[in-house]
Amino acid sequence: MKARVFVTLKPSVFDPQGRTIVDALQSLGYAAVADVRQGKYFELDLDVRTSDDAEKLAGEVAGRVLANPVIESFRIEVAQTDRPEGQR
Amino acid sequence: MRFAVVVFPGSNCDHDAYYAITHVLGQQAAFVWHKDRSLAGADVVILPGGFSHGDYLRTGAIARFSPIMTAVREFAAAGGPVLGICNGFQILLECGLLPGAMLRNRDVKFHCEFVGLRVERTDTPFTSQCAVGQVLRLPIAHGEGNYFAPAETIAELEAGGRIVFRYANLAGEATERANPNGALDNIAGICNEARNVVGLMPHPERACETLVGSADGLVVFESVVHALAARGVLQAVSR
Repeated sequence: MKARVFVTLKPSVFDPQGRTIVDALQSLGYAAVADVRQGKYFELDLDVRTSDDAEKLAGEVAGRVLANPVIESFRIEVAQTDRPEGQR
Repeated sequence: MRFAVVVFPGSNCDHDAYYAITHVLGQQAAFVWHKDRSLAGADVVILPGGFSHGDYLRTGAIARFSPIMTAVREFAAAGGPVLGICNGFQILLECGLLPGAMLRNRDVKFHCEFVGLRVERTDTPFTSQCAVGQVLRLPIAHGEGNYFAPAETIAELEAGGRIVFRYANLAGEATERANPNGALDNIAGICNEARNVVGLMPHPERACETLVGSADGLVVFESVVHALAARGVLQAVSR
């Protein structure tokens, strides 16, 4: 089962990379791009059967390893179809 | 006195630390591989600079799970002096021995240059031979040294006298211009509550002989030797 993990800097944390990107975009003439925040995206392939288990496992690894809770928060998306017994 | 220099895959200042400790300071040092589980009776632990695990995910994020870190945590909990330099500091932050986190430098550039470092506290084992306000001229070499912590953590560090080093100009003023990476309040180094775990971004081990541009870093290592000698550790190993 696949889970997607999106890790982003907390709103209160300055994002030097996002700042650099928005400056570049504006200098290219995209004046309507008011701000950019850069984050990280992970695709997890999980050997679990239910979306509840996938959500739980993805949440655990995201909280413990993929995101640093001091500066980052995360969001998880799991495919909602539970797989039948015996299938991966 | 025995120093353990922990080697992670990607450490690149391990030999600089070893050289400073053994050749310049005349103390004993041993490399300890990150997969080892024992610090082999070390009196001091150094987590050196470098790019452990290629800085993948976040700086220090993978190294914190190395088997040796269990021994480092136990050593620190027992009051043993631990110094994290640059990537070693980042590992200490990731593993929670020190509070806060590193952001990308505010200008998104890797900084490799000499900076001024003002000593704020002399009541840690690694600054015991410094003077408060003394300015050390040390090199930095990092892309992620922009120290960040929530306001309440900064207040705790401040109140507990746990900000050990600040970026400053050579006159000792912690100005915006003297701050190479955007670190909050010019913070370059901090310690834990028990004061035995210290992390800093600049590299004292790379500045222990005038031949390489500065010998100002030597006092950091002399300090810990002095601090431990005062506790009677030196006699135990120099027999």
